[in-house]
Amino acid sequence: MTDDVVAQAIPAAPAEAAIPPFEPVVLAFTCNWCSYRAADLAGTARTKYPPNVRLVRLMCSGRLDPTFVLKAFASGADGVLMTGCWPADCHYRVQNVKALRRFELLHRVLEQLGIEPERFQRFYASAAEGSQLAAAFTRMIEDVRPLGPLGWGRVPAVAPEDLPTGEAEGGAAEPAALEAVGA
Amino acid sequence: MSANGKHRFAMYWAAACGGCDISVINLHEAILDLADHFDIVFWPAIMDAKYADVEAMPDGWIDLTLFSGGIRNTENAEVARLLRRKSATLVAFGSCANEGCIPGLANLTTTTDLLDTVYEGPTMDNPDHVRPASSTMVPEGELHLPAMNRLLQTLDQVVEVDYRVPGCPPETERIAEVLGLLGAALDGKATLPVHGSVLGAGQSTVCDECRRDRGIKRIAQFGRLHELPPLDPSLCLLEQSVPCNGPATRSGCGAKCPLAGASCIGCYGPADGVVDFGARLLSAFASVVDASEPDEIDRILDGLPDPVGQFYRFSLAGSLLRGSREVRTGATSATASAPATATARTLATAGAGR
Amino acid sequence: MSTGDPIPGIAAEPGRPLDPPVDEAAEAPRIGVYVCHCGTNIAGTVDVAAVRDWAAERLAPHGVVVSRDYPFMCSSLGQELIEQDIRELGLNRVVVAACSPHMHEKTFRGACQRAGLNPYLSELVSIREQVSWVHTDKVAATAKAEAMVAGGVLRVREQVPLEPLRVPINEATLVVGGGIAGISAALEIADAGFPVHLVERQPSIGGHMAQFDKTFPTLDCAACILTPKMVTAGSHPNITLHTWSEVTDVSGYVGNFTVKVLHRPRYLDTDLCTGCGICQEKCPVKVVDAAYEAGVGYRKAIYRPFPQAVPKFPVLDPDNCIYFERGTCKACEKLCPPAAIRLDQQPEEVTLQVGNIVLATGFETFDARRVEPYGYGRLANVFTSLEFERMSNASGPTGGRIVLRDGVTEPQTVAIVHCVGSRDRNFNNYCSAICCMQSMKFAHLVREHTDATVYECYIDIRAPGKAFDEFYQRVQDEGTIFIRGRVAEVTDVLRLPEEAAEDGRLIVQVEDTLAGRQRRIAVDMVVLSVGLEPQGDAHEVARRFGITCSSEGWVIERHPKLDPFATMTEGVFAAGCALGPRDIPSSVASGAAAAARILGRIQQREMALEPIRAIVDAERCSGCRICNDLCPFSAITFDDARAVTEVNPALCQGCGVCIAACPAGAIQGTGFSDAQILRQIEGILMTTGPADPAVAAAHAAPVGSAAAEAVPA
Repeated sequence: MTDDVVAQAIPAAPAEAAIPPFEPVVLAFTCNWCSYRAADLAGTARTKYPPNVRLVRLMCSGRLDPTFVLKAFASGADGVLMTGCWPADCHYRVQNVKALRRFELLHRVLEQLGIEPERFQRFYASAAEGSQLAAAFTRMIEDVRPLGPLGWGRVPAVAPEDLPTGEAEGGAAEPAALEAVGA
Repeated sequence: MSANGKHRFAMYWAAACGGCDISVINLHEAILDLADHFDIVFWPAIMDAKYADVEAMPDGWIDLTLFSGGIRNTENAEVARLLRRKSATLVAFGSCANEGCIPGLANLTTTTDLLDTVYEGPTMDNPDHVRPASSTMVPEGELHLPAMNRLLQTLDQVVEVDYRVPGCPPETERIAEVLGLLGAALDGKATLPVHGSVLGAGQSTVCDECRRDRGIKRIAQFGRLHELPPLDPSLCLLEQSVPCNGPATRSGCGAKCPLAGASCIGCYGPADGVVDFGARLLSAFASVVDASEPDEIDRILDGLPDPVGQFYRFSLAGSLLRGSREVRTGATSATASAPATATARTLATAGAGR
Repeated sequence: MSTGDPIPGIAAEPGRPLDPPVDEAAEAPRIGVYVCHCGTNIAGTVDVAAVRDWAAERLAPHGVVVSRDYPFMCSSLGQELIEQDIRELGLNRVVVAACSPHMHEKTFRGACQRAGLNPYLSELVSIREQVSWVHTDKVAATAKAEAMVAGGVLRVREQVPLEPLRVPINEATLVVGGGIAGISAALEIADAGFPVHLVERQPSIGGHMAQFDKTFPTLDCAACILTPKMVTAGSHPNITLHTWSEVTDVSGYVGNFTVKVLHRPRYLDTDLCTGCGICQEKCPVKVVDAAYEAGVGYRKAIYRPFPQAVPKFPVLDPDNCIYFERGTCKACEKLCPPAAIRLDQQPEEVTLQVGNIVLATGFETFDARRVEPYGYGRLANVFTSLEFERMSNASGPTGGRIVLRDGVTEPQTVAIVHCVGSRDRNFNNYCSAICCMQSMKFAHLVREHTDATVYECYIDIRAPGKAFDEFYQRVQDEGTIFIRGRVAEVTDVLRLPEEAAEDGRLIVQVEDTLAGRQRRIAVDMVVLSVGLEPQGDAHEVARRFGITCSSEGWVIERHPKLDPFATMTEGVFAAGCALGPRDIPSSVASGAAAAARILGRIQQREMALEPIRAIVDAERCSGCRICNDLCPFSAITFDDARAVTEVNPALCQGCGVCIAACPAGAIQGTGFSDAQILRQIEGILMTTGPADPAVAAAHAAPVGSAAAEAVPA
């Protein structure tokens, strides 16, 4: 799908609409055996958490392909939470360790791309820890809210940046930045 | 088809280094076969041409266009649309057109910073702080220059492409195969490949063509060549702590780099069906890190000092995120420069009872 | 309408590539969306009609052809609605927005199957546990429900028909723990005609129940009702006892576990030993028996823990044996009539093949030393409940006489302290369930054996079982004095003038909350009714068996109400106090219940498993071997000849680690494919995706400035 098609899909802005307060959307990946059950338990116990957390069930946090995290950010999520079994309690014995390794490396990539570390977090929850998981959801939302929208997918990808005209005549008010470019 | 029975051929370079054009010319005498099959109607790298000439062509008039380079400015985008209209078959040719390649790494940096670097660097004498302007008034009227886009796009982010040929640049033998196949198909002597498919490359990844011995992978260290002891010439580079991108990079090049003792850097892009090259590769590398504790994992990962450069050297512009947050969304990151601490990454576990 | 053929790759030989789901991909999706009210459980918070209409309108481009709501989708009528639509509207995919898939996934799969649709072409979206029950804002909850439905619709589009994996069930069962719960499970299965391996860490089966004197509330003798069970288990042709043994390793999966059991050396040949007891009699070493006698009695270095022990063989304790210390003595060896002693015996490991496992690993009692103010271990006449059990037991160290630590003096006054280590934030929050009844049993026994005055210091009396409250009334009628209050301290320091006469006795400081005053009661003996705790190695055991336990260490049930004796791991069940504190009848019941579950499976000979597996596309596998070391179930092997990796579907457990690790994208997963998850993410974020740019821009500005302040220049 080219950007033109994407751009057409964006609805026109309603004129002078009041700006609703920013509510982040957090996608939480859950493990079928622990955190998903903990979420079920939070439900059964009617433990409240903010409605902007949405869950995706995987069989194991070890299934969490970093592609899914990037996809979530690219599709409009403001934060992503990886949840899974406690380090030594993996339903598949040691697979959550692989998730941890990927988490650490993906974090370094996201940091280089300017995505704040608070937007991608992890939390351990056993199947019995419904209230702890609900509290983690709440904290995650509170962590992400002050950061504002991440913005991917909200702004058209292509916005040709017209180079400022007349800058040569006016003389740059700001001193030239000498910092190195690139990664 | 032209009156002389040949098919009409065009090649264009957008934000590219010209290496793809050279690779085609590198066909040497085989380029005569190209001339046998094709009439070259537009190829700025080797012959003079004007956009007006292309605009004058009927739509779909060009049988085959190889488009190299990414879309960096309004001119690139305009010509991409123009050639799309005029070409029956449009091929994204080379890494830049397919996934952004090295110019795509500029998506980590704002255009302001890019221009500051070029126009204000220590080697520049620019007392008037001159910058290129897209519009300038002169006595004769207004002059226009193409404007730079905020980020570099791949060809398929701007127009639909029919086929893809990966590589930086594509290997000459592979180019000969592709032109042979497409020429034969246009002649009706072969069937056209499935629309959208990748030509001139394999289905698997570079390891498939690499003859180095491979075993179980447990990586206790990543290092650059000068940091490592002399390498075993017959053993997998990754197993010797060299971050080789071969496992995730599409086959087709013949594994030239790893077989020569240099790590694969990933120019042939992802294998079929892979959504994000960097994510796949980082997942693979991280999976075989031989550590279970965060500190130890961190120590090993410190051996990859530039993760984006490692995993997205060629594919950043075509990746899911396409670039840094600042460039992609115009927003400034609140803590981008602050190092992520373990606590910032892990929700406090107070009350969890462990 | 064709639902396509099931994927042959699932049950095929390892490494066979997955046939592409071309038929399904070519077939236009016709999706039905069903939004459940669940009475008011969902409809009370989520605008069900709005979700229905939203799905019909916004998800039509994604293949939704019908969208309905219904008060109870899980009812017969609700299911029939789906079946009817599949038949009449030609639906080829079904999305139900209702409760957790762990609740009703099977229900709706069944409805699809009855209507001729492959059951795996359905998706259950949880808008109850994940939406209506956890949110209060109706607008936000409705919007989230819509997003979750969109995720389900986009996900189910990518689903392909699957067939359940069928695995054969080995008819042998492993029961770990030879207490009353484990014995009950073992006997049920063995009586049904199937082999059982019963593993017990102690020298004898019997567990804690074998230590008790009487059982509440009926006061029947524990030994009288337990030993027949022990003997039956010990002599049952279908039960193999592995006592003085531990499970060291478990591999495999439901139906086909391989278990390694370590037999610790008893230092005798059980084929020759007659259990005559001469070795025990002649052994010159006498040590405090901290296990069976709870530290109030003695045993020899070679000993049988109690006369009714099953098996009858003694065990030699090398840590206390003179021979192992100095190389001499060998009294047992010299005097053993059948010459059965083997002082050079080594541990032996046996490997067992079993289809199912019951974990009945029981509990430990709370260590009363941890509650320092109660003085246990410091004040001689403070006893634990287990010590009291041994003392009141006719075959115990005092022959059933209730005496002070000096072994002779009968107490005149006894205080029994409830909830020691239980219902206490400093130790365990939970109620240990058995202590009230056990304490009242003690009161009765003290009164039966002595003339002592008995005080029960309790927080609440919990006597909910059959005939429990009647027993409470009986103990009250017997004259036991009940004081409602948590004991603050047990001390031998006399503070008040009137306590001068009480020198040498214990003072129990307690607030009598009914009388509204502090009391200091002088007593001769204090019995601490200690709570139950998980075994010290509960976490380690859980890991070994691939199950999960709570942070305390109790085994987590598959469902606390509806599946209380299964664990999250197929083929591993739990019974007795391993699950949490419970009394003897419920331990027996849980053992029998676990056995019933297992017997059902054995008789089916095979069971169906979720077809969630990884499959390698050999054409695309480059043989890079990144995945080769990632599978803890040894399902991944490398074919050197073809230089490709293969996944054995029989061993694969479906975790998906290799799928996420494959740099070539050559491994795909059924049930949780990349395409399914990526599309689900798209769907869930559909409403937040490319949003109103004006809103985003308006938010972007303040964020930028806030950030500038946050980062010091």
